[in-house]
Amino acid sequence: MSTALEHPTYNYKVVRQFAIMTVVWGIVGMTVGVILASQLVWPQLNLGLPWTSFGRLRPLHTNAVIFAFGGSALFATSYYVVQRTCQTRLFSDKLAAFTFWGWQAVIISAVVSLPMGYTTTKEYAELEWPINILIAVVWISYAIVFLMTIKKRTTSHIYVANWFFAAFILTVAVLHIVNNAAIPVTGMYSISIYAGAVDAMVQWWYGHNAVGFFLTAGFLGMMYYFVPKQAERPIYSYRLSIVHFWALIMIYMWAGPHHLHYTALPNWAQSLGMIMSIILLAPSWGGMINGMMTLSGAWHKLRTDPTLRFLVVALSFYGMSTFEGPMMAIKTVNALSHYTDWTIGHVHSGALGWVAMITIGSMYHLIPRVFGRTEMYSVNLIAVHFWLATIGTVLYIASMWVNGILQGLMWRAINPDGTLMYTFVESVEASAPGYFVRLIGGLFWVTGMLIMAYNVYMTVKRREAISHPAPQAA
Amino acid sequence: MNNLWGDSLSNFWSAWIIIITLGTIALSVWILIANRRTDKTPDADGNIETTGHAADGIEEYDNPLPQWWFKLFILTVVFALGYLVLYPGLGNYAGVLGWTQEGQWEEEVADAQERFTPIFARYQEVPIPELAEDPEAMLVAERIYQNNCAVCHGSNAQGGYGFPNLTDDDWLYGGEPDNILTTLNNGRNGLMPSWQQLGANNIENLTQYVLSLSELEHDEARAEQGESTFMAVCAACHGPSGMGNTALGAPNLTNDIWLYLAPGQSVDDSIRQTLRNGRNGHMPAQAAYIGEERVHLVAAYVYSLRFAD
Repeated sequence: MSTALEHPTYNYKVVRQFAIMTVVWGIVGMTVGVILASQLVWPQLNLGLPWTSFGRLRPLHTNAVIFAFGGSALFATSYYVVQRTCQTRLFSDKLAAFTFWGWQAVIISAVVSLPMGYTTTKEYAELEWPINILIAVVWISYAIVFLMTIKKRTTSHIYVANWFFAAFILTVAVLHIVNNAAIPVTGMYSISIYAGAVDAMVQWWYGHNAVGFFLTAGFLGMMYYFVPKQAERPIYSYRLSIVHFWALIMIYMWAGPHHLHYTALPNWAQSLGMIMSIILLAPSWGGMINGMMTLSGAWHKLRTDPTLRFLVVALSFYGMSTFEGPMMAIKTVNALSHYTDWTIGHVHSGALGWVAMITIGSMYHLIPRVFGRTEMYSVNLIAVHFWLATIGTVLYIASMWVNGILQGLMWRAINPDGTLMYTFVESVEASAPGYFVRLIGGLFWVTGMLIMAYNVYMTVKRREAISHPAPQAA
Repeated sequence: MNNLWGDSLSNFWSAWIIIITLGTIALSVWILIANRRTDKTPDADGNIETTGHAADGIEEYDNPLPQWWFKLFILTVVFALGYLVLYPGLGNYAGVLGWTQEGQWEEEVADAQERFTPIFARYQEVPIPELAEDPEAMLVAERIYQNNCAVCHGSNAQGGYGFPNLTDDDWLYGGEPDNILTTLNNGRNGLMPSWQQLGANNIENLTQYVLSLSELEHDEARAEQGESTFMAVCAACHGPSGMGNTALGAPNLTNDIWLYLAPGQSVDDSIRQTLRNGRNGHMPAQAAYIGEERVHLVAAYVYSLRFAD
């Protein structure tokens, strides 16, 4: 990165690095997702090789989109937002650089070790113990950089976006360390210190809070800065942000057991997971309301500003999936939805509709600014990306709703003699059209990300063309 | 710790759970109510003046909580508390309804027994050969087969690598109704020992001899040498003529049917592998899973498959 880009006050270098990697890992993670979707339509694409089989690529996909794409986006935006809203430079440039290279090393380790078959078998926590130690070190460094930057702020208040970022960083540190506590056996093999129902409960306490803090609180931090910034409107309600922040972080902690309904988990724990998930509805919607209402008086901007459209549609999907979540946590609904594609659809309405869309909207705002430009190379390409992403998400979640409900109903259908009406394989056959539609949705998404990559490349390149004009021809 | 994860908790842990659960809910409601209203008056646009701080140019209004949102929050809390009164959740308190997932399961099973047992009891009285000719019974039986047996023996019952074909006339343990019932109710364990210790030369001779039994292409000289070893080692189970023994589940080696022929594998290779490493066949006992009434019906279905061709 050239020195011409250096901001007099802020450290933009690490923001630029993470921003570019957000786009790169987005393409990688989503492409692996498309490969997996294709394997479910054409199983031959497993290629008969262990490294390319569904079971090994699936954790690669989830790790790449959550921790590589989502993680890089959170690092980029939190470092950008904390500096701008605290009006001070990052606490330590060196430590910030360490978090960048450390985090990329974690991702590369995942890209290598997961296809090789190294796994703890814990969902979203598959990485083995040496990598987990590196994650813990990087994450604690991240916490130090972020919190110490807040400490040395030159403003009187801590802006709401930073509350969410701070809660996300601190909680993820606790979740990661507790869930991955294990006894190493060999260089790449360890045994969890938990067993049985306790292990399952710890895993889903981690798993659901990975959703609640990594994929929700962190991205709400992003929302609280980029929505008002892009809309150029004040936040709707400061007191609403106080109420929903505290309620959200208090209640989310309890929601994990809804992943373990009708299992060996004791009845009381299942009930608490369910009722807390229902109470979670209003705190979740608080963030959506605050974002949406911030736009009042600025709705006309949606016609001309596709970046703002990304942010607003992200909030809509956020509202939808945080309604769907509590509903699915109700035992009777869960008895139908659990273990079906409905769960996968629900996750992706959050992951694509909310997380990826708010990220992309934020990146289209942030990237030109940290590369010394006023706007992206092409606003039209942002609009194209917006429609590809929106249609892709709708195709994805609609096909998974259909598949999920179909599977749930087929599995429970019985004949008058009490025998099952359908065999499992019949429910797989019935799901094939949905899998194909889902693949189309995924292709829309990857195409959109490639367009984004081109747009970002041209934005960055053009800046250099301006700052270093070519010599005049003789 | 053990106690914490059982359905019965010690008084301490029960109280702990009740306190932190109700405490969390109470704290949330307190924050909600404490911040509900503002005494400031709205401006011309209907917004309450900003808090006065700006972060990177972002100001914040101080609007009151939306009424409908406030009510939604309260409603979910009321639902949650109501649920905790009715269902287990607050530590050892069992809930007014006395519901448990184990109880629900037991009830559903008892209900199913009551509804469906008579249907199968009626079929159980019919002898298997007769039942096999009853199309309605076979429809029910096929459903049970598809959901319990097809995972190994295949939807078309033609088996696969290591799983016997049920549609041919070759029976490891006999194909009479009583044989099939025994197989289904109690399961089977087929064991072919490894004969590695005979040495490669003997294994090759035996392989050629076994090939000759099915009149497949083989090496005459080696097959002749293999015959004496066969009589000494293999005939005990497979019989001197190699016709097998259904009492032991020793396969007939003369009919060119090979249970362990992997896709793409040649017959001689499969025989060599069997001789070298041995084989373990396992048919799980079904009586404990689906009950003897349903086993009777499935036995009739398997019996009926001999007419399939």
